[in-house]
Amino acid sequence: MIAPNGLSGRAAIAGIGATEFSKESGRSELQLSVEAVQHALADCGLTVDDVDGLTTFTMDTSSEIAVARELGMKEMRFFSRINYGGGAACATVQQAAMAIATGVADVVVCYRGFNERSESRFGQFSVAAATQVNTNGLDNAWSYPMGLGTPAATVAMQATRYMHEYGATSEDFGRVAVADRRHAATNPNAFFYGRPITLEDHQSSRMIVDPLHLLDCCQESDGAVALVVVSAERAADLKQPPAYITAAAQGSGADQFVMTSYYRSDIGIPEMGVVGRELWRQSGLGPADMRMGILYDHFTPYVLMQLEELGFCGRGEAPGFVADGRIEVDGAFPLNTHGGQLGEAYIHGMNGIAEGVRQIRGTSVNPVAGVDHLVVTAGTGVPTSGLVLSA
Amino acid sequence: MTAGVIRPMMGRDSQFFWDGTAAGELRIQQCNACGALRFPPGPTCVECGKFDRGHVVAAGTGTVFSYVVHRYPPVPGKELPIVIALVDLDEGVRMVGEVVDAVSDSGDAEIEIGMRLRVDYRRIDDDLTLPIWRLDTPRTSATRRPKETR
Repeated sequence: MIAPNGLSGRAAIAGIGATEFSKESGRSELQLSVEAVQHALADCGLTVDDVDGLTTFTMDTSSEIAVARELGMKEMRFFSRINYGGGAACATVQQAAMAIATGVADVVVCYRGFNERSESRFGQFSVAAATQVNTNGLDNAWSYPMGLGTPAATVAMQATRYMHEYGATSEDFGRVAVADRRHAATNPNAFFYGRPITLEDHQSSRMIVDPLHLLDCCQESDGAVALVVVSAERAADLKQPPAYITAAAQGSGADQFVMTSYYRSDIGIPEMGVVGRELWRQSGLGPADMRMGILYDHFTPYVLMQLEELGFCGRGEAPGFVADGRIEVDGAFPLNTHGGQLGEAYIHGMNGIAEGVRQIRGTSVNPVAGVDHLVVTAGTGVPTSGLVLSA
Repeated sequence: MTAGVIRPMMGRDSQFFWDGTAAGELRIQQCNACGALRFPPGPTCVECGKFDRGHVVAAGTGTVFSYVVHRYPPVPGKELPIVIALVDLDEGVRMVGEVVDAVSDSGDAEIEIGMRLRVDYRRIDDDLTLPIWRLDTPRTSATRRPKETR
């Protein structure tokens, strides 16, 4: 771990827990979240009585007080939610770390649970997003009524431009899918366990929104993940090796919208650049210090663009960066060794944080040797967040 | 057919735009104080900070900055596939718009970045008229010749 400085190194992820990942959980979203929290507490040897804080996504349908009731928590000193869809994932951990670093709370559990396949499917056209009575609804008035209203379509618009600007191809996007599915193939918890794909499979999968093929798109999944965050000192005394939170950042860019930041001259995802610069500032580390990454992969093009925004390669250079298996488990810079959200499950980025913790512990099904530090990111195309986790 | 059409949220800061499309005008917010244009609109001028806003009527011409062909899943009120583009208006702002008649019978996109577009209007009902876009140079079978009109 790095010597504590500001937020860096003050807190650690001590426990991780999850339900099974499926297409139909058969139980309520609230129950899924409560189960995941219980698993995460058992993982690190803490009990409900130790927990004094809960954080989740604004989008989560299970409030902190509802989860607290089901868990039997007597009191709660800290509760918080983060907005902007999957961009919240790493920020729930940032909230927890800040609460712990300031003494506001001692044990904070971050959770996210949903029936995102069997109930409210995010991949469908969202009438609710277009009609919400707030500024996000007003923002969506400029795209949804025109027919642009699925996550795939909003990302495809960025992908077309990225291909035009830098000569990237669909095959370049496909290499992300191939890596994810290779990793999922050896992960028994992954929906696509035992089912790797080739680049030819990717290319022959049907078009969803040109230029995105089906295999550029993540799954829709039912499930929940929870993460237990405690102080670095306390983590050292618990059951599992700590994953120290060396940096935790949020980022929003100029003229920022939710999935439709189309009105700035260079569209792209500069909000992830904000996250990256803050991660490197807090940690005193840089891209060269990261052994691997868990980059949010709801759609493959944004994985390439994240590599550029975080400084792993220059603008437009990601197609070369991901070539020749570099991002596969035996490559120089493995990504998404759990299978990512294309291969394992789409739990809004929280399952990726859990995989980061497993890599620090050395318990991943696709272990990478010598992981001292790794980077994890949250949802792209939205105001977002990221973490540097360290052994 | 109006069933299933996605209706835009409208508010004090955006009503003028939709009043414009109903009148056959594509309106862009303009700051009365400094003249800056802004899209999407909002209460403030992001250039000078004033709350004194009016609008100009756009020429209704622009260039494709990016586009998609939406094939799946279903979109309420639309028969798929549809082409949706980011249109750089000649006035200097950018909008999202459906480009009609830009998919061939075989389902291929007949649009490219840099092509010229011209606005048109699709009246849904008394409360909603959507701006739509057409290729400025009509296609002649397989030949696409974007015309530079500026």
